[in-house]
Amino acid sequence: MVSLSSNLLYIAFVLYLVATAFFGGAIKGKKEGQEAKGSNKWAKIAITITIAGFIAQLGYFITRWIAAGHAPVSNLFEFTTFFGMSLVGAFIVIYFMYQTPLLGVFTLPVAILIIAYASMFPREISPLIPALQSDWLHIHVTTAALGEAILAVSFAAGLIYLIKSVDQSVKTKSTFWLEAVMYGIVSTIGFIVVASIFSFADYQAEFTYTDKNGVQATYEYHMPALIGPNEGELITEGRFAPIVETPAIINSKKLNTVIWSLAAGLLLYWLIRLVARKRLAAILKPLVKNVNLDLVDEISYRSVLIGFPVFTLGALIFAMIWAQIAWTRFWGWDPKEVWALITWLFYAAFLHLRLSKGWHGEKSAWLAVIGFVIIMFNLIVVNLVIAGLHSYAGS
Amino acid sequence: MNEVKCECGHVNPHGTVLCESCGNILEEKERQKQLVDMRYEGSARRSQTYNKTIVDKIWNFFSSVKVGVWLIVVTLVASALGTILPQEMYIPPVGTAAEYYEDQYGWFGKLYYDLGFHNLYSSWWYLILIASIGISLVICSLDRVVPLYRALNKQRVTRHEGFLKRQRLFGVSDTPPSSDSLQKLKDNLKKKRYSIREENGNILAEKNRFSRWGPYVNHVGLIIFLIGGMLRFVPGMYIDQVVWIREGETKVIPETEGEYYLHNDQFILELYDKENDGEVFGEALDRNGMVVKNYQSNVTLYKKDGDTVPGEEPELDKVKDFQIRVNEPLKFEGFALYQVDYKLNELNKMTFTLQEKETGKEFGEIQIDLFDPKKSYELANGYSVDVMSYFPDFEFNSDGEPATKSRIPNNPAFIFKMITPDNPEGEISFVAIQETIEPMGDNEYKMAFKAAETKNVAGLTVRKDLTLWIISLGGLIFMIGVVQGAYWNHRRLWVRAVDGKVWTAGHTNKNWHGLKRELDDIFAGTGLDVPKEQLTDDGKKG
Repeated sequence: MVSLSSNLLYIAFVLYLVATAFFGGAIKGKKEGQEAKGSNKWAKIAITITIAGFIAQLGYFITRWIAAGHAPVSNLFEFTTFFGMSLVGAFIVIYFMYQTPLLGVFTLPVAILIIAYASMFPREISPLIPALQSDWLHIHVTTAALGEAILAVSFAAGLIYLIKSVDQSVKTKSTFWLEAVMYGIVSTIGFIVVASIFSFADYQAEFTYTDKNGVQATYEYHMPALIGPNEGELITEGRFAPIVETPAIINSKKLNTVIWSLAAGLLLYWLIRLVARKRLAAILKPLVKNVNLDLVDEISYRSVLIGFPVFTLGALIFAMIWAQIAWTRFWGWDPKEVWALITWLFYAAFLHLRLSKGWHGEKSAWLAVIGFVIIMFNLIVVNLVIAGLHSYAGS
Repeated sequence: MNEVKCECGHVNPHGTVLCESCGNILEEKERQKQLVDMRYEGSARRSQTYNKTIVDKIWNFFSSVKVGVWLIVVTLVASALGTILPQEMYIPPVGTAAEYYEDQYGWFGKLYYDLGFHNLYSSWWYLILIASIGISLVICSLDRVVPLYRALNKQRVTRHEGFLKRQRLFGVSDTPPSSDSLQKLKDNLKKKRYSIREENGNILAEKNRFSRWGPYVNHVGLIIFLIGGMLRFVPGMYIDQVVWIREGETKVIPETEGEYYLHNDQFILELYDKENDGEVFGEALDRNGMVVKNYQSNVTLYKKDGDTVPGEEPELDKVKDFQIRVNEPLKFEGFALYQVDYKLNELNKMTFTLQEKETGKEFGEIQIDLFDPKKSYELANGYSVDVMSYFPDFEFNSDGEPATKSRIPNNPAFIFKMITPDNPEGEISFVAIQETIEPMGDNEYKMAFKAAETKNVAGLTVRKDLTLWIISLGGLIFMIGVVQGAYWNHRRLWVRAVDGKVWTAGHTNKNWHGLKRELDDIFAGTGLDVPKEQLTDDGKKG
């Protein structure tokens, strides 16, 4: 059952890749000037493959649920994978509302990256600690993830808007920040590539070090240590010795991973720029030339309108009900709770700016991008760095 | 107050931009624009009309969406600051908070503590921010909902030409208003669930007006939620206590005014193991080591029967047996008892024997209840042991004297006086774990440690929260309002015959794309032109 489950996830992953290619074909197949309204053959094949992938991933989810005896949303790998699946689900629904293949070209790669990112974390099925043994586990987590996924579609639409609307012939603040977003995406690819290479090579280096309480402890690095732990000593022979040593308060292993990812991202980014002699956003620009800006703006806004209530229900209301049952109080200012509140406040501000202050088009697209950054911050940084009661097993 | 009378005869409140009834433009400025501002139907908002007294100024400040958004953004940033370092409630309870932050996080920790960020969410300025958002919610909503209600309630079917041609979607059909095409249009509108009003052959088709109230409904929900949060500070509304109960012990439940008692039969801690819990978890258990499966207190709840005088043993009636687990609190009469903490193997009783050192001969055993030691233990044949001092949690204090850190027997120590026929005055012996001191020189007898009995202790939170239903109600109303506002759109279509032509204008509060597609369907087969987008790329709104 467990191996069937992982195979289904693998199949889903491949199908999403294929579907992206077909969506790419769907927008290429158009003649210049034609509206990107897709009832063409390529788009039909693409959405069919996407749905097939989604069903395969649903299969992964159900079989893993049966195998584990609990909803597979209990650790970082499972939650992030589910988030990727929700993103595909949300995309499918919104695709049928607006019929824009271009949205697939941007949403599916984001979902693919998220699922690939998820599988860099420990994938074994873990038993539930007492606090998680509740039906609210799947009710709260799935609704919250779904809400975030719908909001993420708004990011994809916002990104399309910006790639089309930002003028690439001059260097501006907009081009800078758009490249920053591109670099962020490329660094995620960097992380996945580096982690996969070293995991394939089975790289291991053990260190003893002094932790912040002055106690001797050990770390097992799975990437060459550019950054070593406090008073760290390399035990495994023939491994790379760290260049810099960190103070005890910093988790050197995580920092090391971050630096590898950013460096790999930088390398990739510059390679692409050297070869293409253009900004990344400028490379993507021809893809979006036929899209109607109004329509993309509307999709972005609509996704926020649909996603916001779902997010509120899942990430705040269901969360509060469960917190009252499991932790005796519905709200406790745990970092994850606070970041859910921050996300909620941000989108509330977004809606007010849009409805009452008339922020639309480019401004609204930037807000959609920032919102996604906050969601990702809550998923990655809060889990891995700040932690707290929601500390999923990650590392 | 100078009211404004429109040419259609309707009397509007002072400050109205578009006549509530016919939509005629009442303010000269507005006439210059290509499109009218439909945001609040051009109604007279207090904040846009008066700005003289101090009340006006406060009202205008809080009714501004700009101010509201700033409040949200500042709260957002402040909330984020509080997650940089753990809040005081999450740090381990050793030493003072000031020391902890400086120890762990250096100068930054000290700064964080000095700024009060270790208790950020209960700081006065954070509470002021939340309160300001609350005030802003009330005033913003009132400022808009009342005039909006008037305008939507008083709107009439026949709208002013100036109003129609300044709508975002507008069209003039040259076809004369034949009843055939209008009938077809009406049929199509009905199919799309529009409600239709007619006046002199003119049409107003409208649907989902209720979605306009969504924002105000959700604001009401939020206000109720915030009021619920405030009520927590009213005495008696909210109880948060922890009670520790040892196995075999019966304790009064705090805050129940001596009405309820709880007996702890057993505390259970279970771990996952590979044999019984299925091999799927094998890999995870190998990597993470021990994983807890269950924390459970088997308890019995009792209710006091009748009145008791202080000091008298109460008579208890059993209410029920219950197994308290995480996620499964014991509930009774508005109270809930939660499994939150535990302590395994706490020392409970210790057994010693009185022994003659030279011969090893024993003269009887004493068992000391570490929570209630007796002053003196009589043994047979004129032997006895007095407990002169008892230190449940022994340490040497700063003066080098024996003392106790707490009343919990973490490290019990005794000063015994052993009275034997050989030494009727008694010999003094200081006995701690793994340590014996004989302060008066060598003794002939000693207290030899024999056995210890331990018990598990359950830590339970006693909770009563009378604000929960208000908070839930607020949450429910918020959800209804937000769904009402987000998932439906208020759409209108006006049709008016002007000089033998048909004028049409469409409006929606959001999702214009959806309205346009719907109008394409509605106008299909009517022979009338679909109203067209009049807005150019600049200045579009959602």
